[in-house]
Amino acid sequence: MPTFVWLTVVTALRILQRNRLRAGLTMLGIIIGVGAVIAMVSIGEGAKLAVQKQIASMGANSILIWPNYTVVSGVRGSQGVVITLTVADAIDLKKKIPLLTETGWSRSGSMQVMSGGRNWSTTVIGASPSVLSIRDWAYSSGGPFTQTDMDTAAGVALIGQTVVDNLFEPGEEPVGAVIRLKNVPIRVIGVLSPKGQSPSGSDQDDVVMIPFSTAERKVLGTSFLGSVGGVFASTDRTEDVFDAVEQIREVLRSRHRLQGNRPDDFNIRTQIDVAKIQEGTSETLTGMLLAIASVSLLVGGIGIMNILLVSVTERTREIGIRMAVGAKRLHIMLQFLIEAMTLSMVGGGIGVLFGVTAAKLTSIIAGWPTIISGKTIMTAFGFSLVIGLFFGLYPANKAARLNPIEALRYE
Amino acid sequence: MAPLIVCEDLWKVYRVGDVEVQALRGLSVTINEGEFVAIMGTSGSGKSTLMNILGCLDQPSKGRYQLGGVEVERLLPDQLAEIRNQRLGFVFQSFNLIPRTSALENTQLPLMYRGLSLKEQRALASAALERVGLKGREHHTPTQLSGGQQQRVAIARALVTSPSLLLADEPTGNLDTRSSDEIMAILEGLNHDGITVILVTHEIDIAAHAAREIVIKDGHVLSDRTVHDRAHS
Repeated sequence: MPTFVWLTVVTALRILQRNRLRAGLTMLGIIIGVGAVIAMVSIGEGAKLAVQKQIASMGANSILIWPNYTVVSGVRGSQGVVITLTVADAIDLKKKIPLLTETGWSRSGSMQVMSGGRNWSTTVIGASPSVLSIRDWAYSSGGPFTQTDMDTAAGVALIGQTVVDNLFEPGEEPVGAVIRLKNVPIRVIGVLSPKGQSPSGSDQDDVVMIPFSTAERKVLGTSFLGSVGGVFASTDRTEDVFDAVEQIREVLRSRHRLQGNRPDDFNIRTQIDVAKIQEGTSETLTGMLLAIASVSLLVGGIGIMNILLVSVTERTREIGIRMAVGAKRLHIMLQFLIEAMTLSMVGGGIGVLFGVTAAKLTSIIAGWPTIISGKTIMTAFGFSLVIGLFFGLYPANKAARLNPIEALRYE
Repeated sequence: MAPLIVCEDLWKVYRVGDVEVQALRGLSVTINEGEFVAIMGTSGSGKSTLMNILGCLDQPSKGRYQLGGVEVERLLPDQLAEIRNQRLGFVFQSFNLIPRTSALENTQLPLMYRGLSLKEQRALASAALERVGLKGREHHTPTQLSGGQQQRVAIARALVTSPSLLLADEPTGNLDTRSSDEIMAILEGLNHDGITVILVTHEIDIAAHAAREIVIKDGHVLSDRTVHDRAHS
C-alpha cells in the first residue's frame, strides 16, 4: 500500500503539471482562501497584541474610580457634577483595604499653557504622587514630583511629549524651563515617556501633570476642597483586582451612606474590563474576516470537486483499465482522493506564501503590526487538506463505483 | 489436464429499456489448463458477454462459473478484482494503455495493485517487456509506439503477473498483417510456456493459430472442435 500511495502521488503531480493552467484555476479558490485566512489572522493577532500593550501601558493592575451622578428624588444631575468622591475617600480606601498597594487621586481640566512666545491648549492633571506609579509613567528626562512638592503646593510640572513638541524648539531642553498656567509660573522637572494613544483614541502624551494641591489651590481651583475627578488604586497581583473592586465598592457605599438598593454614586473600571472590550472587538472582527475567508475556501473546494468530476469522466477508460488489471474500489477512490488532496495541498502551499507575503506587505505599507504564527499557517494548511479530502470524496466514490465493462467501452 | 474453466448453464440477461436481451442462454463449456482456444461468432452472438464473464469483469445472471476451483459467480466486486489481478491477463483490440504513461509504467500497473515494492515492479515489468521484444523502449509513451508495439506492451502488462489465463479480445483487430503475425507468434509462445490462452476473433486465419475452435451463436455453443492438437504437433 505505501508504494501504491507514493506512486499515486507522483502520478497526481504529473497530471497537475500537465494541466498547469487548469490546475491553477482550480486551486485559485484554495489559494485565495488560505492566503486570506493567514493574512487576516496575522493582522488580527497583531492588532490584539498592540491593544494588550496599550492596556499594559496604562497599568495592568490599576483600578479607576470616578464619580457618578447622584439620584435625588428621581432627578438626575449630570455626571460628575455632584461632588461625591474626595481625597478622604482615597486615603480611607488605602487604610481599609490591604489588597490595595496604593491609592491616588487626580483632577483635570483643559487649559492654555504658555512658554515664552508659544502657547498650547492641553489637559492639566493635578495628581497625587502615587498616581504616577499606579499608572506606570516613566520619564524620558527628569523625574517625578514628591510628597514635599505636594505638601507645599509647589509649582512644578511633568509634561508629556506632545506638549514638549508644541511648546519648545527642537533640541531645546524642557527640564528646568518655566511655563505658565493661568499666569502661575511652573517649573518643568521632568518629561514623561511617550505612551501613544489610549484605547479610546485620545493622546496620552498631551498632558501637563502637577501636584494635586497645586492644581486645587493655584491652577484649576475648586468649589469644594478635597473633591477629586478620579481615584486610582492598584493591586500587587492581577488576580486580586476583582476582589479589590468588590471591597472598594463596600467601603465607598458605607462611606457615602448608601443603604439598601440605592445605586452607587461612583463608577469602578479596571484595565481588565477595558482589555476585555478591546479583545472582544478585535475577535469579532477577526471572526468576520475568517468567515469570509472560509467562504473562499468552500468555493475552492467546490472548484476542486468540479474539476475532479470532469477528470473522472475524461479518464473513465483509464479507470476501466485499472479495474481490469485488478484495482479494487479503494485503489480507485484513493487515486482520486490523492489527486484532490494534491491539488488542495499545492494550492494551500501557494496560499501560505501569498498570505505571509500579504501580511508582511501590510506591516510594511500600512504600518500595522502583524504576527505570523506557525500555528496559523498549520491550521490554514490543514484546513485546505480537509477541504480537498471532503470535496474529493464524491468524485472519488463516483469513480470507484464505475462498472468496469462500461468504463472500458467508454469513448 | 485439469480443467481451468468450467461453465455450466450460463445465462446473462440484460434490460435495455423495456426490452430484455438474453445474451447467453444456457451456455456450457469446459476449458483445460494449457489450452489455446479461439472463440468465434458474429456480433451479437454473445461472445463478448462470455469473454466479460470469463474475465471476471461481469457475472452471469444464472449458472455456474468455476475458475481454477473458485466459484466466481458468488464473489464480490473487490474479490473479482483480486482474481483479475492474480490469475488473469487481458489483451484488448484497442490496446487500452494508459495515455502519456511510459511502457514500463503501463506494464507495472497490475503489480502496483498487488502491493509489490517499486524495485520488484520495475524488475518484473522490464523482464516482461523484454519477453515481448520491447527492450530499450521502456520509457516510450503509447503515442511514440506503433500499433503492434502498443499491443506488445499490452501483452507484457497481461503476462507480468504470470497469470494462469490470458484473454485476448480481437487482439489483431487494429493491426496490419505483419504486426498481427508478430502478436500471434507471441501468444503462441506464451501458450507453449503453459499459459492458457482464450482468443476472441472473427478472422478465420487468426483463429487457425488456436488448437480448439468454439463457435457461439445466439448465446450458446454452436460448435466446439479441436482443430489440431498443438501438444502433439
